[in-house]
Amino acid sequence: MGIMDKHAAIERNATLLLAGSLVVVSIGGIVEIAPLFYLENTIEKVEGMRPYSPLELAGRNIYIREGCYVCHSQMIRPFRDEVERYGHYSLAAESMYDHPFQWGSKRTGPDLARVGDRYSNDWHVQHLIEPRSVVPESIMPSYAFLASSPLETDDISAHLVANQRVGVPYTEEMVENAKADLLAQADPDADWSGVEMRYPKAKFGDFDGDPNALTEMDALVAYLQMLGTLVDFSTYDETAAQR
Amino acid sequence: MKYGPETIGVSLAAFLALLGAAFSGDDLFAAHMWVAFFTLAAGAILLLRQVSFAPAGGKTEDENGYMDGPVRYGTIATVFWGVVGFLVGIVVALQLAYPDLNIEPWFNFGRMRPLHTSAVIFAFGGNALIATSFYVVQRTSRARLWGGNLAWFVFWGYQFFIIMAATGYLLGITDSREYAEPEWYVDLFLTVVWVAYLLVFLGTILIRKEPHIYVANWFYLSFIVTIAMLHVVNNLAVPVGFLDAKSYSLFAGVQDALTQWWYGHNAVGFFLTAGFLGMMYYFVPKQAERPVYSYRLSIVHFWSLIFLYIWAGPHHLHYTALPDWAQTLGMVFSIMLWMPSWGGMINGLMTLSGAWDKLRTDPIIRMMVMAIAFYGMSTFEGPVMSIKAVNSLSHYTDWTIGHVHSGALGWVGMISFGAIYFLVPKLWNRERLYSLRLVTWHFWLATLGIVVYAAVMWVSGIQQGLMWREYDDQGFLVYSFAESVAAMHPYYVMRVLGGVLYLIGALIMAYNITMTILGYSREEQPIGQAAPAAQPAE
Amino acid sequence: MDYHTMREFADSWMLLAMTVFFIGVVIFAFRPGSKKHADNAAQIPLKDD
Repeated sequence: MGIMDKHAAIERNATLLLAGSLVVVSIGGIVEIAPLFYLENTIEKVEGMRPYSPLELAGRNIYIREGCYVCHSQMIRPFRDEVERYGHYSLAAESMYDHPFQWGSKRTGPDLARVGDRYSNDWHVQHLIEPRSVVPESIMPSYAFLASSPLETDDISAHLVANQRVGVPYTEEMVENAKADLLAQADPDADWSGVEMRYPKAKFGDFDGDPNALTEMDALVAYLQMLGTLVDFSTYDETAAQR
Repeated sequence: MKYGPETIGVSLAAFLALLGAAFSGDDLFAAHMWVAFFTLAAGAILLLRQVSFAPAGGKTEDENGYMDGPVRYGTIATVFWGVVGFLVGIVVALQLAYPDLNIEPWFNFGRMRPLHTSAVIFAFGGNALIATSFYVVQRTSRARLWGGNLAWFVFWGYQFFIIMAATGYLLGITDSREYAEPEWYVDLFLTVVWVAYLLVFLGTILIRKEPHIYVANWFYLSFIVTIAMLHVVNNLAVPVGFLDAKSYSLFAGVQDALTQWWYGHNAVGFFLTAGFLGMMYYFVPKQAERPVYSYRLSIVHFWSLIFLYIWAGPHHLHYTALPDWAQTLGMVFSIMLWMPSWGGMINGLMTLSGAWDKLRTDPIIRMMVMAIAFYGMSTFEGPVMSIKAVNSLSHYTDWTIGHVHSGALGWVGMISFGAIYFLVPKLWNRERLYSLRLVTWHFWLATLGIVVYAAVMWVSGIQQGLMWREYDDQGFLVYSFAESVAAMHPYYVMRVLGGVLYLIGALIMAYNITMTILGYSREEQPIGQAAPAAQPAE
Repeated sequence: MDYHTMREFADSWMLLAMTVFFIGVVIFAFRPGSKKHADNAAQIPLKDD
């Protein structure tokens, strides 16, 4: 059978058509996605990245649950205005433990990749409860209910284990201490040394302004306050990481 | 016993949902399982009321030998979910203009926006695709749907998926992957439904009596199989527990981002484009009563479109931490994609060559032509926006939102409306639609709505992008971010107006369709003909 | 195989191969012999249903 009859065969054979389409649509994905896993310069070598502390992880899950990514990106592009507005452009390494990534696709609100340490805890709490009381132009919804929702802490070690399974380097020690670490990080009177050793640069204390209750507000603010604060840019060699 | 196994299956599923609700330690999962339980229990009761113990047989088939029941239900579901999706769209648009309309926690914008996107893409678009593909594959294969009641499972299973996805978003159950937000267990269920869909469709092609597989079926088939691949790979995740709603995606950071946008862009490319091109290749020739302009062009259109589309995902990640080579590849393929897209547009439009007068007399043809025109417009705008220099301005702004809506409202919406108007009289054996004049009204309201929407978002997006990067003489940024938010307010209000026009059009369609199904037909003067001479009173 | 050799290959031989393949597909689809076949296929939706 000549080459000219081949397509006629495809036009008459559903299985061939199915297989042909599948092959054709697989090529692009394989060529683009697969190299990202083994080209060693995809993710820069940086100092300071570590997995999220249990409290930060819980906060991150609230960030995801409330759909914050719908309006806030976490990806600063290497433009003068963005770097001046938000800080150093984002590195691939900074989201290497993010399952899933939260780069976002729309800035109805500002980028949050480096919002950590920019505002006080009180500001964040006030802003989440009544956004327009601190930013009059804001169109953000109110998240006052977070301050009255107790944080679920019992299953936090299971969350760390699930992260382990997808490749986040949580140690057995971290998993064992997950709940204790979570409680300690949000407790102004606790001994923070263990948490600090396991999760360097973690922020401590009462986040939501109510030291008596551990709420979802505590977790979310703890997460926001660490965003973009881990990588030590004084040791980051930009030219070595050029792709 | 009619519906015996089905009733038992649904009851069993309801029982399992009840067990899930009882034993889960995760409040969100338990709440979601309660939703599943009540939905399934209601389904089981409805089925029970229809159980007949008469021996199998009797007249259940359509007279023409085709299985059109799921198509009829699918058509109604399309109209219903369309109206719901557009309405939620107006609500979220209003929330952006007037933030006090957010009702925490369940109706905050962050939870409502996935509800809107999923309702219009998967509930409205998905039902339109399933219904029309079942109709088209039977006619062009001259065979009844393969698999018997499997087609009903596809229909009802898909509706159940929609309910689980929608209630999940409002409860706060999301994996945050845009246009793929449902969590792992809902994803698994959808996979089962989707495989059943593939089996029904492919099975029907395999038992066809027509030697050739018509090109519309190629587009439908590639849409079904590619969506299966994208859905499975993009949703790979490890759940926290068997009875826990939360899961963590298998990939992280940059790899996760590209996997998601490989999925995200091809949800556009295969769900919203290839599938609806299948619709175009059947319904435009049918309504115009002439064959497609160039069948050979459609072959080239098919292979080049599916080959090129899959590469375009990285243009959603320009200037991010994704390696430059991947961004460039995405841009190059996105620009090349312009060619097959316009090839398809020309093929669709030129099908009317020699019958352009129908544009004047047939509002359904007019709707389809407008759809193809918007397809051409947004597949030109898309490649332009994928150019990195343009994207540096347009990304993160409302321009993207405007672009999506000119494609979604213009192309996907209009071609679906055209197909529905064609289908309903055929499916319910009516001589014609209740009213063609109402179709004209729908056409103009929808067109005006899209134009308002796209134009407003275009202006607001470009203004936003320019404000963010504007410097004064001293080299300082001129505007704070909050000032750019405030500047958007008038546009956000005008955008609502565009959406309302589009919704009114859809409501008119719903009324027109309902009256047609009920068997009414409005007495009216045919379009495009001179008014009959006045008759003297008797 | 590192990034640069792959890039070089993609920019030269692969590009050529894909262009040739595409032109081949177009010539094949529009070859004179396929006209009758295509016209028949195009009539499928218009036959009675």
